[in-house]
Amino acid sequence: MPENALPSRRDAPDGRYDVAVIGAGVVGCAIARRFTLDGARVVVLEKAAEVLDGASKANSAILHTGFDAPVGTLEAAAIRAGHAEYLEIRERLGLPLIACGALVVAWTEAEAARLPALVATAHANEVADVVPLSAAEARALEPELGPGVAGAFRVPGEALIDPWSAPHAYLAQALLNGADLRLDAEVRGGRHDGDWRLDTTQGPVRAGLVVNAAGLFGDHVEERLLGASRFAIRPRKGQFLVYDKTAAALASHILLPVPTEITKGIVVCRTAWGNLLVGPTAEEQEDRTTAALDGATLAGLRARAEAILPALKDHEITAIYAGLRPATEEKGYRVRAVPERSYIAVGGIRSTGLSAALGLAQHVRRLWDRPAAPIAAPLWPTLPNLAETATRDWQRPGNGGIVCHCERVTRREIEAALAGPLPARTFAGLKRRTRVTMGRCQGFYCGAALAGLTAGRLAVPMLAEPGDAPDREADDA
Amino acid sequence: MSGPDLAIVGAGPAGLSAAIAARRHGLDVVVIEREGEAGGIPRHCAHPPFGLREFGRVMTGPAYARRLAAAAREAGAEIRTGTTVVAIEPGPRLVLASDAGAGELAPRRVLLATGVRETTRAARLIGGSKPAGVMNTGTLQGLVHLEGRRPFLRPLIVGTELVAFSAILTCRHAGIVPRAMVEAGEAVTARWPAALLPRLLGIPIWRGTALVAIEGERQVNAAVLQGADGRRRRVATDGIVLTGGFRPEATLVRTSHLALDKATGGPEIDQFGRTSDPAIFAAGNVLRPVETAGWCFREGRRMAGFVAASLADALPDPEPSLRLVAADGYAWVLPQRIVGGEGSREGALQLRVTRPLAGRPVVATEPAVRGAPFASRPERRLSFPLAALPAAATGTATIAVEPDEALR
Repeated sequence: MPENALPSRRDAPDGRYDVAVIGAGVVGCAIARRFTLDGARVVVLEKAAEVLDGASKANSAILHTGFDAPVGTLEAAAIRAGHAEYLEIRERLGLPLIACGALVVAWTEAEAARLPALVATAHANEVADVVPLSAAEARALEPELGPGVAGAFRVPGEALIDPWSAPHAYLAQALLNGADLRLDAEVRGGRHDGDWRLDTTQGPVRAGLVVNAAGLFGDHVEERLLGASRFAIRPRKGQFLVYDKTAAALASHILLPVPTEITKGIVVCRTAWGNLLVGPTAEEQEDRTTAALDGATLAGLRARAEAILPALKDHEITAIYAGLRPATEEKGYRVRAVPERSYIAVGGIRSTGLSAALGLAQHVRRLWDRPAAPIAAPLWPTLPNLAETATRDWQRPGNGGIVCHCERVTRREIEAALAGPLPARTFAGLKRRTRVTMGRCQGFYCGAALAGLTAGRLAVPMLAEPGDAPDREADDA
Repeated sequence: MSGPDLAIVGAGPAGLSAAIAARRHGLDVVVIEREGEAGGIPRHCAHPPFGLREFGRVMTGPAYARRLAAAAREAGAEIRTGTTVVAIEPGPRLVLASDAGAGELAPRRVLLATGVRETTRAARLIGGSKPAGVMNTGTLQGLVHLEGRRPFLRPLIVGTELVAFSAILTCRHAGIVPRAMVEAGEAVTARWPAALLPRLLGIPIWRGTALVAIEGERQVNAAVLQGADGRRRRVATDGIVLTGGFRPEATLVRTSHLALDKATGGPEIDQFGRTSDPAIFAAGNVLRPVETAGWCFREGRRMAGFVAASLADALPDPEPSLRLVAADGYAWVLPQRIVGGEGSREGALQLRVTRPLAGRPVVATEPAVRGAPFASRPERRLSFPLAALPAAATGTATIAVEPDEALR
């Protein structure tokens, strides 16, 4: 091994890591995996009690091709590389892929006039297989589309994935191959004296390199470590609707609108679990932790969804959710290495993070100019399949019976999610790992059984222990 | 593999009573229940009154559920708990899931009795954050009566259908004191004397008030309410019980070859309980939102008789039929198809109004038929005698309310 190569975990002196990744979102998980597989001793520091608890808990679950990314940017390259690596590794990790393709649909003549430019952008982004379609051809592919289609093109490579099993798999592979994860570990500060000495709420951490993948708090972390931040997070909220599985037959492709400067717009697409998803909105806000739902906005989303697919009016909305994207004051990703401080910021991954994560991890690895000493025979975890496109656990013997009926989640799946290298620590974490209570009844049938099944087994219990009764004096007039 | 004469999907009041009756008709019966125990919703409605007509005494829900399940077993029905029907196919053929994995069953007849559930927070598009402490009555009752938990201390009860008062009884049992009942309409939905209960317990009912947002991070800490005048106020509370807004748990119908009635949200049936596949019947609250356990019990028993008649080839042909469509003022009508001649006109149509209404029903057959005048509110039971429908009528006819303000 060359003298300055990344040492393998076994060679590492106790207590020092080669790399500390701050933030266990999809980007942090992918980076942790990349460095671990390249032989580094890695620790992931997450301030929440559970992984994927920030921007990564809510997105549209699409594996993009990058056809509409700004040409020549890191974002475009990272999506391209990330998409390719996902296809390469997904089977070994047990990750789903619904290769349905997308239709970009213009709903006005003005939008239709912009389609040729978008096709040219796709070609410039090396997405050569886009197919321009007339309105009639688009309707032939998607007969449920509402009136007003003015033109479209098809992007065959756009696909649907499970937005949580993918990052869980990246992190689980890192952990299986020697990385450490510290939860409830907020980075309060740190100093660099050749090595980083980080002060966290779980004690001190010593590391050679710090990668800031702190998402919605990326600028705060940069400020704490470097004294000032080169970027400022401007959270952008997205609200979503999820329709019942009966609605999934209404759209075969991912239905994308013609994007604007600000947002990719309202997407209608199936999910890997066989539902139909509509969203997101794009709403600027100050708050970095709470993504509040708004009834009127959701009703507007429903109206938009019914304009795109009129038959949706006869289908049930089974879930509503909102997420925050870590946008910044600039449009692009904010990735920057500060070699003299052994620091790399991966900020402003405001969208497309799920598609770009593996590509960003490759890029960040290249920014750290140590030669790799890859693990000779890395271990590959296999994640339980939750997608409707492959065999589910309920179809196999010994599953313990179905507990969550709407999503057909078995007792064995729940038990598995509470154990293993990356066990669920919160109820939200259990939902992301198994889909319990995420179906049409939202816990009407299985809520009580789950409270029993998870009692004493989650770091943050499913039900809060009620403290003092609320005081009516706290009411607003 | 030859299956049983009858497979019943769902072991609630309708399914179990159908099982008992079907055994009395000499049929070989399997009841398939996805929960670990038979009994359905009454299992966690730990208060009276259940069972007065069925067993001649007032019982709590769990006692009634146990009694029904025991009676079905004594009658010789096989109850398979922990087994889910995941699909219904023509044949009929049922695709099953259990601890043993996937399986199947090919009975001669199927009776769907999968019941109802309440409308969720998501389907109501209620804004705000997503803390713990927001649930339907069914979840609350399961937590309190099956798990011995107390998920909050001072919740708001949203809605005033009968089930909202059941939620109050559950709260009382657990030492939970609701802050208030919240009703978007101008009046309490459930019939008198239900509204006496909150008054006796000192729980205010806020009428003309809608829940628009929920606040709190880990646990609910406030609710944002909006009055009829559009003004909003924030109320401190640690839980939200979303009651009622029942809808049939008809996923099996929606994902099968069976015709669904968008008005009820359940399968379309004729007066013999036959769905659009004459080998598949339905009974109980999967047919419509929503009736009492006692009503479902009697409905299950009746439909079991029709299943037996069907196996003896003694039912009229499913076509031609008169198809009824709920119109102006009616939310739904059940059954949706009427078949056979004069000899097949026992019983009545079930109906509900969409809003507080007074008037008389009019069926637009040739000639049109009018029924007795009434005044009613949503969620309240209404009927129309089948015998009043013209015996020879076929095709499609609306049934609507001819308003009459003088009746209010």
